[in-house]
Amino acid sequence: MTTPQAQPLLQVEDLSTFFPVRGGLFGGGGSAVVRAVDNISFDIRPGEVFGLVGESGSGKTTLGRTLLKLVDPTAGAIRYKGTDIAGYTERQMRPLRRELALIFQDPNASLNPAMTIVQGVGHPLRIHGITSSRAQTRSRVAEMLERVGLSPAETFLDKYPEDVSGGQKQRLVIARALITEPAFVVADEPVAALDMSVRARVLQLMLDLQRDLGLTYLFITHDLATARFVCDRIGILYLGSLVEWGPARQLFDDPQHPYTRSLLDAIPLPDPRRRHRDKQLPTGEMPDALNPPAGCRFHPRCPAAFEVCGWEGADLIDFLEDRWTVVDEPTFERELAATGPLDSAEVARDEVRFPKADHGALVPLLRGLRDEEAGRVFTGVTDVTTDADAVVVRFGEGPAPALQPVQSVQVACHLHGVVEQPSDLSRG
Amino acid sequence: MPPLSGRRVTALRIRVEHALRPWRRANPMARRLVLLGSVITLGFAFLAAFPSLVAPYGEAQYRHVVGTNEDPAAAEGRCGDEFECEDIPRRLSPDTGFPFGTTSGRLDVLSRVVWGSRVAFSIVVLSTVLAMGIGVPLGLISGYRGGKLDRVLVTLMDAIYVIPGLLLAIIIAFVLKAYFAPGLLSAAAAVGVVYIPQYYRVIRNHTLSVKQEPFVEAARSLGAKPNTIIGRYVLFNVVQSVPVIFTLNAADAVLTLAGLGFLGYGVPYPQAEWGLDVSRAISDVVSGFWWTAFWPGLAIMLLVTGLTLVGEGLNDIINPLLRVRGFRGRVPRRLEPAPAADTPVEVNLSPAPTQENP
Repeated sequence: MTTPQAQPLLQVEDLSTFFPVRGGLFGGGGSAVVRAVDNISFDIRPGEVFGLVGESGSGKTTLGRTLLKLVDPTAGAIRYKGTDIAGYTERQMRPLRRELALIFQDPNASLNPAMTIVQGVGHPLRIHGITSSRAQTRSRVAEMLERVGLSPAETFLDKYPEDVSGGQKQRLVIARALITEPAFVVADEPVAALDMSVRARVLQLMLDLQRDLGLTYLFITHDLATARFVCDRIGILYLGSLVEWGPARQLFDDPQHPYTRSLLDAIPLPDPRRRHRDKQLPTGEMPDALNPPAGCRFHPRCPAAFEVCGWEGADLIDFLEDRWTVVDEPTFERELAATGPLDSAEVARDEVRFPKADHGALVPLLRGLRDEEAGRVFTGVTDVTTDADAVVVRFGEGPAPALQPVQSVQVACHLHGVVEQPSDLSRG
Repeated sequence: MPPLSGRRVTALRIRVEHALRPWRRANPMARRLVLLGSVITLGFAFLAAFPSLVAPYGEAQYRHVVGTNEDPAAAEGRCGDEFECEDIPRRLSPDTGFPFGTTSGRLDVLSRVVWGSRVAFSIVVLSTVLAMGIGVPLGLISGYRGGKLDRVLVTLMDAIYVIPGLLLAIIIAFVLKAYFAPGLLSAAAAVGVVYIPQYYRVIRNHTLSVKQEPFVEAARSLGAKPNTIIGRYVLFNVVQSVPVIFTLNAADAVLTLAGLGFLGYGVPYPQAEWGLDVSRAISDVVSGFWWTAFWPGLAIMLLVTGLTLVGEGLNDIINPLLRVRGFRGRVPRRLEPAPAADTPVEVNLSPAPTQENP
């Protein structure tokens, strides 16, 4: 790892990638977007391994592809060696692709089945005009194959990808990515598709190559244990946002964000003394990226969420639905009669209106639930009132947290002091 | 350099073996189908390549030399001065002198059938090359680029596809007639246009699915230009469906050509063409001269059967898991004998002899 003062190789500023979602048959919902990558900033220093960790659907793959401009960013800047490539066209990017490589997750699908190994691995050399003759390409490929541990290379050169094993294919994918001597490599779950026995060896190979060739990796994984093994610094991604990033050691020893903590708790350790420890695992599923929670996106699953985390109307409805799956039937009947059908509730960010509610029953019910702190959602409830025709539950402010330095990491969590993100205006 | 050439040979061998792998893995039945079909097709190909080796006369020869051992076909044209010639008798039934009989136009039926295979083969090859040459690149570009171009092309191809093949061929032949003299090329164009949508659709849809494969994105991440990606990464992974469409279309093209010839829009008389011969033989059939329609009809049926067998077998070999019944289009799967002699249109659809016995 280089000194922290070094000029970053890649600097990401307020990067966003949104995907428009096609409306229905009649154009309904035409303006919906999935915020796959939402306002992310970090930097990668030359020679380091930067880990990007997140559950599936967190946008880590999209972020990796956006950095290589395989997906066009919606907003923000990607400074590679000081030059912003975010606005580059495909044509402008092509010469740069020699320096920016991508290692794929599934080795079985990322090699062209119609090309022999020497053709496939050597193709980047021909694309960029690095070699001029077939013999030269052949010897460069052979050299690279030896380097990734496929020896004797001569026996592999004229085979087809289908003739070799999965681990060997991944070595081929690595060889193909590195044959142009890139500076920056995005490795998108490079070992996820491999056997456990092969995994460690491929990881070790990647680290050896990094040391020998002076590579910089962006290592995308959903597996914190792997990340701990290879990464110098780690960013934790949740629903398109970076919730915490910093030195790997710091992150593992003293996680600052509840989400990081719960991911660490989820790592199984073969230690019987830990069997009954208090694990803080995230509850429920990752929310719909089309309609992410307000405020801090982790708040509905967060074990530590409090007033300002972004509680909104939808959370109250979710709470009621969850509650009714566990209470006994008379309670359910009584409470359903009080709220009226949940479909009829008018749900907004800052309030829920129950127009069909039984006013006399619902207000005491909700107040009671709030007083006994039946759910964390009630920390955000400021008021339960009635107006002319409905029971209204109001919620307080819940700004989205911005990254703030805590010790030596950057954390986006209100537990460390409420720091609001700049308003949505900057996202264009 | 001996070591280099040795390596080249090995590399070539490996590539050939790779290409033949599906053949070796195929089930024996499919292989037998292909072999049988190939024998029939190659037999006709031989006739088409060397018609004069088999045919005793030229395709339009109505006189033959008498009283000499000269090759009767070669002697034509020198009649009068050097040799004594006489007209070929009309409507001779098949016997030793004329194994397939003669027509009312004094032509030898065997020679007509053999020379007709040359026209059939030329047109099948020209028209499928034309259809493939247009359909495959359009399908690749349309599938890979997508967007407006894709939408326009899909609509256009569907518009062509809804017109029945023979009708479309007739329309095109009719239009071409206004600008070019009727002949091989315009008949090939008329037949070929019919098959463009089939190549286009299969290649486009296959391209759409291959485009999603990670290796295509890998090619982009390596900095390959779109044309390189289409040519080196997409084409070679979609091209395996072409031989199947090719052979099945070739079979269909034989029928379409015969239909065109039957209706008088194919190659002009007196060029030998099976459909044309069948159509000219209709009046003979009524009068009991079965042989003038039987032999060209049999030739059509045999060649279609041969090509269909190759196509069906290849389909099994290349896509053992994708036995999609749908995309064979209008290629007849079973060749049933024609029900009756007096239904001329049936000749195109079921190229069987019109009458089994006199």
